[in-house]
Amino acid sequence: MTTTSVPAGGQPASGAAAQDGAGLTVNGAPLPLEGVTPHTTVLDWLRARGLTGAKEGCAEGECGACAVLVARPGSAAQAPPTEWVAVNACLLPVTALDGQEVITAEGLGTPGRLHPVQQELAERGGSQCGYCTPGFVCAMAAEFYRDGRHADHDDAHDDDHDDDHEHGPNGFDLHALSGNLCRCTGYRPIKDAAFALGHPDAADPLAGRRATPPPPARHTRLEADGAGFVRPASLREATALLAEHPEAVVLAGSTDLGVEVNLRGARPRLLVAVDRLPELRDLQVGADEIRIGAALTLTEVERGLAGRVPLLAELFPQFASRLIRNGATLGGNLATASPIGDAAPVLLALEATLVLSGPDGDRTVALADYFTGYRTSVRAADELIREVRVPLPLATTTAFTKVAKRRFDDISSVAVAFALDLVDGTVVRARVGLGGVAATPVRALRTEQALTGMAWGGAAVAHAAAVLGSEGTPLSDHRASDRYRRAVLEQSLLRLHAMTDGGGS
Amino acid sequence: MSSLSERPPDPVVGRAVPHESARLHVTGHALYTDDLTPRTKDVLHAWPVQAPHAHARVLELRTGPALAVPGVVRVLTAADVPGVNDAGVKGDEPLFPQEVCFYGHAVCWVLGATQEAARRGAAAVEVDYEPLPSLVTLAEAVAADSFQGAQPTVERGDVRSALAGAARTFSGQTELAGQEHFYLETHASLASVEDDGRIFVQSSTQHPSETQEIVAHVLGLRSHEVTVQCLRMGGGFGGKEMQPHGYAAIAALGARLTGRPVRLRLNRTQDLTMTGKRHGFHADWRVGFDEEGRLQALEATLTSDGGWSLDLSEPVLARALCHVENNYWIPHVRVTGRIARTHKTSQTAFRGFGGPQGMLVIEDILGRCAPLLGIEPHELRRRNFYADGQSTPYGQVITQAGRVRAAWEQVSTEGELDRRRAEVARFNAEHEHVKRAVAVTPVKFGISFNLTAFNQGGALVHVYKDGSVLINHGGTEMGQGLHTKMLQVAATTLGVPPAAVRLAPTRTDKVPNTSATAASSSADLNGAAVKDACEQIRGRLAQVAAQRLGVPAPDVRFRDGVVGGLGTTETLPWDDLVHSAYFARVQLFAAGYYRTEGLHWDSRVMRGSPFKYFAHGVAATEVEVDGFTGAYRTRRVDIVHDVGDSLSPLVDVGQIEGAYVQGAGWLTLEDLRWDEGDGEHRGRLLTQSASTYKLPSFSEMPPVFHVKLLEHASEEGAVYGSKAVGEPPLMLALSVREALRQACAAFGPEGTSVDLASPATPEAVFWALQEARSAHGRAGEVTAGLGARPPGPDPHAPERRPESEAALSGLSEA
Repeated sequence: MTTTSVPAGGQPASGAAAQDGAGLTVNGAPLPLEGVTPHTTVLDWLRARGLTGAKEGCAEGECGACAVLVARPGSAAQAPPTEWVAVNACLLPVTALDGQEVITAEGLGTPGRLHPVQQELAERGGSQCGYCTPGFVCAMAAEFYRDGRHADHDDAHDDDHDDDHEHGPNGFDLHALSGNLCRCTGYRPIKDAAFALGHPDAADPLAGRRATPPPPARHTRLEADGAGFVRPASLREATALLAEHPEAVVLAGSTDLGVEVNLRGARPRLLVAVDRLPELRDLQVGADEIRIGAALTLTEVERGLAGRVPLLAELFPQFASRLIRNGATLGGNLATASPIGDAAPVLLALEATLVLSGPDGDRTVALADYFTGYRTSVRAADELIREVRVPLPLATTTAFTKVAKRRFDDISSVAVAFALDLVDGTVVRARVGLGGVAATPVRALRTEQALTGMAWGGAAVAHAAAVLGSEGTPLSDHRASDRYRRAVLEQSLLRLHAMTDGGGS
Repeated sequence: MSSLSERPPDPVVGRAVPHESARLHVTGHALYTDDLTPRTKDVLHAWPVQAPHAHARVLELRTGPALAVPGVVRVLTAADVPGVNDAGVKGDEPLFPQEVCFYGHAVCWVLGATQEAARRGAAAVEVDYEPLPSLVTLAEAVAADSFQGAQPTVERGDVRSALAGAARTFSGQTELAGQEHFYLETHASLASVEDDGRIFVQSSTQHPSETQEIVAHVLGLRSHEVTVQCLRMGGGFGGKEMQPHGYAAIAALGARLTGRPVRLRLNRTQDLTMTGKRHGFHADWRVGFDEEGRLQALEATLTSDGGWSLDLSEPVLARALCHVENNYWIPHVRVTGRIARTHKTSQTAFRGFGGPQGMLVIEDILGRCAPLLGIEPHELRRRNFYADGQSTPYGQVITQAGRVRAAWEQVSTEGELDRRRAEVARFNAEHEHVKRAVAVTPVKFGISFNLTAFNQGGALVHVYKDGSVLINHGGTEMGQGLHTKMLQVAATTLGVPPAAVRLAPTRTDKVPNTSATAASSSADLNGAAVKDACEQIRGRLAQVAAQRLGVPAPDVRFRDGVVGGLGTTETLPWDDLVHSAYFARVQLFAAGYYRTEGLHWDSRVMRGSPFKYFAHGVAATEVEVDGFTGAYRTRRVDIVHDVGDSLSPLVDVGQIEGAYVQGAGWLTLEDLRWDEGDGEHRGRLLTQSASTYKLPSFSEMPPVFHVKLLEHASEEGAVYGSKAVGEPPLMLALSVREALRQACAAFGPEGTSVDLASPATPEAVFWALQEARSAHGRAGEVTAGLGARPPGPDPHAPERRPESEAALSGLSEA
């Protein structure tokens, strides 16, 4: 194995083990990257070093028992330079964190000197078997340190006001824990611990760390066990590399690839990390469109847009979990071209376009023309999704319906996104995006046609709903029957009508 | 204090203290079995070769290609077993099978220097299979007459006449699904060989003694050559009562053959596809009521899906039969049980152990019949409650009927159920597309192992010269707080501060011949044993103190680390007393022992008093259902539960809340699906990962969740007046299922009887409310006197003794 590591922008020395400076700062101490392959996860690497607080509960980012904190650039407008972000250590290759700072449950506190999060959890019965606990501690600590956490939901504890029971009086957003599973407690004491947290005191070193920038991305190159990992310094270098190695797999948050590696034994020959490429990390709200960098994490997009696109704002809390959204990117979600990726139906309804960058430059593709089949798209092997563009103005009436067995962090059985322009009770324009009902995310074109020009009410809505119920080719599987998927399609429009019409709900 | 239940003044039991390992949990310092792997040198990793058939014969196994993979050290096959090639206690679970009995069955194991090498090695093993016909569903097994084990019947009175004379009779069927344990820590073992060839196995096991016995019989050793230790478990829930043994044996066999430590940790998919789950059941039933809605007779056949081997299916079935009446008096009962043999994982113990399945049947019956009888479901339930002096269908006399009534009253009052029912009615009248409902259900759950022999516990308590106390006992810690309770029991009995007491990991070389940590009874059994040991030591110390204080020994008092006496102001510090006792050559350690008295059970006729007592509880759950999708939310839960006088209130409330949510998961969300088609993956578990098998998360936690412990509930004859808590509250979740049923009914005309599938996923709820919308009232699936009779047991079948109780050695149940 050889590992070389130089600051991004510099030239890596090829295969020079002598320059081996690759490593992570874990709980404040440097740890060299030794004995790793491009497929060694952060979790396995930590555990092999005796840091066994982080656990493997599922190996696919569903349980959060492996959560750790990573120092990342601030995501919101007035955020401090650094944020502590919780991610699933089981999904991420450790090489992707070369040069970065990681905190584990062991680094937050010790049995004799507990961190405030640990103190609250321990005292309130927040741990029973304790196996999920270190992951909860890290996810909770990230929210504890979140700069935008304000005590703005003072009435959240009122028994008969349960609509907002997901926010504590201290501003704690329970969605921060939506990617953590506990099989013992029933969650109530964990919620109480979260809602009892104060704010970091002045001497808190991790709070203080937020004031200075996070570590820059390193220009990591590694080869071991017949596989390679490269973090190119620029978009140009990245696409050149992809052109040279068509077998390469592009890596951003690794929330999809990590599952393939852990559960299905995928061992790509070359990983190309693009998540820190500056060209892919811009967010611009213009007069005619919004441009969203493909390598921004969903959390960064969510906080950066701050509700500017209501349909996306409705989507984000239902998109996987906070732990996943902290790693997953919009570009990655579209690049996998999964028929059940929840972003696609929303972006279809928003009539988004994609900017694809290749060695020969950029091209723009409407998202509606992007998908070509089950997990395939028009993107060439040497192209990267650079940007997602959402045209403005937005439709006046939008809604997102996602049906799954579980409300937080579940894959949808059906996802429907509506974007309608209603003028004086008439639908003048309609866009409907569907997920989970065909081999690709699709636009419900016949429904859009049925809706366009019709009066928003009565039999016309029922007719359009029936058309919607016949769109796509839904399957029966362990998530839902085809019958139910069709019924939900139909019902979703009836529900939108009931909501906009003021009737029912 | 000679009485087991009596508490001294200011006892340490009863204090709300955090889990004794909480500080280790939250800092990541608490070690679990697999955390030992990076702390151990030269470990080999085991990986299974899983068969891709539900049923097949292994024709040939070629391990050569695996041995050619770099890093592969050895492949373990049947030929390597020096002892008995069986992972269970019934002789029907070959460790290395010649016949594959379920999709994913491990046919051999590869040992590698790294996990990656072992995985690649397993992929390289070549196996020739001859596929055989398979039975994947309960219906297929019943049609093929594929059953295993005993077919017991609980019977009282004359069901036929009572049904014939009943004012209203109904019949129907109830199907209910299984459940995956999904303990966050999957199965794990780490085995090594000691200097003299003894085997040391660290295992995540609820039953170290049985793990020890299985490892010994596989290796051809005696029990004293095998030590099993369990540090703690990352959850068990019954899934580690019988299932860990085979994996421990594989690790031990590998260690013995290679001389190196062997680690076997199942990843989540392996755990899901290889280990047993809660039994799914089918019930055929017929029930009769009098004019006022009082139950007159119940006739039913319960068929459980046992999977490929017997495992704990017989005692699970026995407990289902003993809980089918829940808290309701039914004069005439005839309930027969049988266990289907299917080509699935071997279903096993899971919190409640058949009790939830039995109780679901009667609650399903009442929930479906209430609208047809024209009686509110909560009123129908209350009207049928037991009264003291009545007895269960198997003959145990009811003595605490007032506790369920008291809990029911308290939930009704503090939960303001009357006001909220009126509010719900108003809300439902005003909302066409969303409906709410409140349902309330009781729990009565028998405590003790049905098999009398298992009702014993042991402990070994050391007091060191410096006054510190170390406790060993036979129970294992899986998060349920057993060690915390044992610490409190010891501190109470010895009269020392909690900080003076520590718990040692559970080891078979400290306390032998232990029962499984199961049946909710570990605090009862081990607590009484710890108390016994502490009382012996305290008695000896009292003699020493009596001399120094100048009072008679019976007048010596131990309290919070200070030893005093009646009629004297002089006191001794505990540490001083212990120190001087050592120099007086007084034995400062003791073995404690306890056996539950007053139990009797005849499993052939299913009669007796198998339970020391019943635990009780009542839950009211309010839900809201969306008529467009069937999606729902729990709005509020109120629980009053009987834990006797709590040993540890924070622990007990945590058990109640956790059990409720786990039960709600079983009934609403958790959806095991197997491939039941005829394709090449027939029998494969489709929901074999966390992304497809969903546990309750924060979104299922009731936003308003009030849990109270029933007051004035001291239990005579149990340790410090406490009661068991692990399993009973799981069944409180039946109230969420009943609430969903009632909310679905609210979409239809009054009197609509709703047949709700289990689990009640959003899709199931959607179809149920669609049915209700098209119903015409008082005419659901359950119709008076029209349903099919439940089939009785086959009169030509040979009489069989329950195999689980045919011999006492090496058996297990919960």
